[in-house]
Amino acid sequence: MNQSAQALAAHPTLVTETRPAARQTVVAANANVKLKVQDLHKSYAEHQVLKGVSLNARNGDVISLIGASGSGKSTLLRCINFLEQPDAGVITLDGISIEMRQGRSGTQAPHQAQLQNLRTRLSMVFQHFNLWSHMTVMENICMAPRRVLGVSAAQAQERARMYLDKVGLPGRVADQYPAFLSGGQQQRVAIARALAMEPEIILFDEPTSALDPELVGEVLKVIQTLAEEGRTMLMVTHEMGFARQVSSQVLFLHQGRVEEQGGAEILDQPNSERLQQFLSNRLK
Amino acid sequence: MNELLNLQGFGPLLAQGAWMTVKLAFLALVLSLALGLVAAAAKLSSAKLLRIPATLYTTLIRSVPDLVLILLIFYSLQLWLNDLTEVLGWDYFEIDPFTAGVVTLGFIYGAYFTENFRGAILSVPAGQLEAATAYGLSRWQRFYLVMFPQLMRFALPGLGNNWLVLLKSTALVSIIGLSDLVKAAQNAGKTTNDPLYFLILAGLVYLLITTLSNRIFKRLERRYNIGIKGMAR
Repeated sequence: MNQSAQALAAHPTLVTETRPAARQTVVAANANVKLKVQDLHKSYAEHQVLKGVSLNARNGDVISLIGASGSGKSTLLRCINFLEQPDAGVITLDGISIEMRQGRSGTQAPHQAQLQNLRTRLSMVFQHFNLWSHMTVMENICMAPRRVLGVSAAQAQERARMYLDKVGLPGRVADQYPAFLSGGQQQRVAIARALAMEPEIILFDEPTSALDPELVGEVLKVIQTLAEEGRTMLMVTHEMGFARQVSSQVLFLHQGRVEEQGGAEILDQPNSERLQQFLSNRLK
Repeated sequence: MNELLNLQGFGPLLAQGAWMTVKLAFLALVLSLALGLVAAAAKLSSAKLLRIPATLYTTLIRSVPDLVLILLIFYSLQLWLNDLTEVLGWDYFEIDPFTAGVVTLGFIYGAYFTENFRGAILSVPAGQLEAATAYGLSRWQRFYLVMFPQLMRFALPGLGNNWLVLLKSTALVSIIGLSDLVKAAQNAGKTTNDPLYFLILAGLVYLLITTLSNRIFKRLERRYNIGIKGMAR
């Protein structure tokens, strides 16, 4: 209990407001906070997936989002880069909140330019890799740096080679198409694609869930290296052992709320009954 | 050979007819592809204002015979234009049969291509676009860098099929006074009293065009299927 209280104390208590209007003032108070998510709500029709979730990521934080399927952890991640449109809540990056506005269909659509800016600073790694299947590995990695950031072709390729090397793939895969690689290789390419954007935060959405068990290790190893480099990462994961090893924060979601949060130690000494249950229900 | 290919001086006429057919079919193809893409996007849009007219378009056009539509559009197009020029106080303006043919066929086949494209768009895995969105690509970039090259994989077989039907439909346009391949063959047949010969010849020319275009489609399929396992690279 102490630990989670401490972890919370490290962040100033949030003023939870539901209307996402002008609110840039509060945030500047803590310069340490890189990404702040406040009181996020999301529903699909009648079903409420997120019922007011908040989190704070400081520079270098590795935050693991855990919870049963349907607890809202993937939705939370996808709301952060607006792949899903949150119904209410505030997302603040470096003290600047993403302003939402009333969209045509009644939901709040963020401003395009700001959204674009946010997306270039957060990279995402998907459960099913989502590498563009009509492009070679090299083209996959160079696409967003070239088309979105405006990096030159030569520079983008140089970056791509560097990051391919970093994720432990030989240079010759550069000319292959994703379908011809193993799942583990594809996910490592996807990580290289994320890194090539030189993002401030990387979002991992169950990066090893679609992999054959024997391929999980190679991907986790890469993610661990990134954690050791002090990269800021948010990771939805089912790999409890791995989460324990790399996380600076763990958020346990249950039915759209943060049920328990704290350092990695909460995985060994859970406070809440639900987290205890959740952990005992799975093989460690 | 000389006896078999005795055009009795109608060679240039037939060649002109064939060229007309190719021109007509190709321009109508370009128009209908553009219409098809736009209407498919409209049909899949979340906005009712786009979805309803697009649905109306594909339903109506696909349920009425081409011939009826050709006559309907050709004659009403001229009437509408007359009304328009009168209202605007412009000079009377007559649509030439070629433009009318292109517009009419393009409009009809646009409806078929719409369904082609709609199915193809739905077949592209959602994750492909999602990744493009997450990496900050603009709407237009998402379309031409990711969606289009991938939807073509699914659309091409159907497009090839509809293209053949479109090509053959150009024959119907001879009714509105266009001297296409069929018209030329008919004229030659009538004058020489040998209609069968010239019609068979016309048929062979169609066969030649379709064979050629099948090759082009095969090549396109190979190109767009790059990156799919089990396909030749």
